[in-house]
Amino acid sequence: MSGVRVLVGTRKGAFVLTADGKRARWDVSGPHFAGWEIYHMKGSPADPDRLYASQTSGWFGQIIQRSCDGGKTWEAPGGGMTMEPGQMPKGESNKFVYDASAETGKPLTTHQWYDGTQHPWEFKRVWHLEPSLSDPDTVYGGVEDAALFQTSDGGKTWRELAGLRGHGTGPKWQPGAGGMCLHTILLDPSNPKRIHVAISAAGAFRSDDAGKTWKPINRGLHSQYIPDQTAEVGHCVHRIAMHPSRPNTLFMQKHWDVLRSDDAGDSWREVSGNLPTDFGFVIDVHAHEPETVYVVPIKSDSEHYPLDGKLRVYRSRTGGNEWEALTQGLPQRDCYVNVLRDAMAVDSLESCGVYFGTTGGQVYGSTDGGDTWTAIVRDLPAVLSVEVQTLR
Amino acid sequence: MIRVVLPPHLRTLAQVKGEVQLDVPGRVTRGAVLDALEARYPVLRGTIRDHVTEQRRPFLRFFACARDLTHEPPDAPLPDAVASGAEPFLVIGAIAGG
Repeated sequence: MSGVRVLVGTRKGAFVLTADGKRARWDVSGPHFAGWEIYHMKGSPADPDRLYASQTSGWFGQIIQRSCDGGKTWEAPGGGMTMEPGQMPKGESNKFVYDASAETGKPLTTHQWYDGTQHPWEFKRVWHLEPSLSDPDTVYGGVEDAALFQTSDGGKTWRELAGLRGHGTGPKWQPGAGGMCLHTILLDPSNPKRIHVAISAAGAFRSDDAGKTWKPINRGLHSQYIPDQTAEVGHCVHRIAMHPSRPNTLFMQKHWDVLRSDDAGDSWREVSGNLPTDFGFVIDVHAHEPETVYVVPIKSDSEHYPLDGKLRVYRSRTGGNEWEALTQGLPQRDCYVNVLRDAMAVDSLESCGVYFGTTGGQVYGSTDGGDTWTAIVRDLPAVLSVEVQTLR
Repeated sequence: MIRVVLPPHLRTLAQVKGEVQLDVPGRVTRGAVLDALEARYPVLRGTIRDHVTEQRRPFLRFFACARDLTHEPPDAPLPDAVASGAEPFLVIGAIAGG
């Protein structure tokens, strides 16, 4: 029996929404980690019962949680209670320390602050967890201040892949409104050594050697908020999406502008086309149609809500430029929520399901590729992230 | 036996109810109490003080015996009443911890 599991991270806890393949009746469990910000949860493609969650708090810092039973129970992988001091391994699963060692690291530099001055690199939280495509114990973590970490022991310990932070342009990176975060990690299913990441506000980067070295891939991006509008770095990329069957084609929702690349990010061209506004956060690709793309246009960089109070998903079936509004089942008046960058996902059932969460606490789902929508839940805390697992 | 009161989120994280009771060898200082706490509950590492620098997280405070000990040095002795177990050592989240 097929089914789906929707993993929802919110400002005050995590929720797991499950349904069978019809996706008509939903079971809602949670809040897990009640009262904490859950920036992201994601399941391992290699073992759907293995889930990882980023639990974080301005008061108490960063916690990594792991489930081995599909979200029924959770543990901090490096740190249960020890009956006697020293009896068990010390808790390291919450430890994210930039690698500045001479052997494997890169020196800690500064980055640009909002006012253009330089500011030290400081770890704040994990924004995104991307499990390996083949190994349930290997996960990549994108963090604020921007860097990429990796665990190879199921989250017990984390090490920085310092080549990205130490790539050399760090002093030109700057925080966006949400902080200087590494929020997108795309693993290429056809090439285990290729990783794409995106950072607000630095831009997109690619590694072709499994994360050792990186190059910026921002040619074709134009950003009015930096002195050199076509600079190598400094762009506020909000999200990148890839269809697994076409890993060289990438779709980007930038601060303003929707773009695509057909050469793995070496060059980009704008495909905003007839969108009513091309500001936004999310972007995703249909599970079975690599040229069908979804965005949720937001009014502007200073007004983070839909245009005219109408919540509309826009779909392009032509890989961009030509977009149609999807409105059936979505509020078309007085709606002033936002849809944050990690809050859209698709399932891969025969009729592709599309899901997104809002800062108003709704999670909307469509079982027909976006033609019609229903609210699975309406009153959660503000939704930070939505991921979907297709269970077979 | 040293008594420690944690904020609710950290009690949940450590899976404890009520006060935590710890054996603290040697001088009873804030640093020694937190060392013993983190050894017993490794999941709390990094939640009260930084993993590496051991600096207090900025939104946490320490109280005992109706005194604010937040800015006392970590190696300063805690009040006798804490060392004897008569009074608890309180870890407090500023404005209730979010």
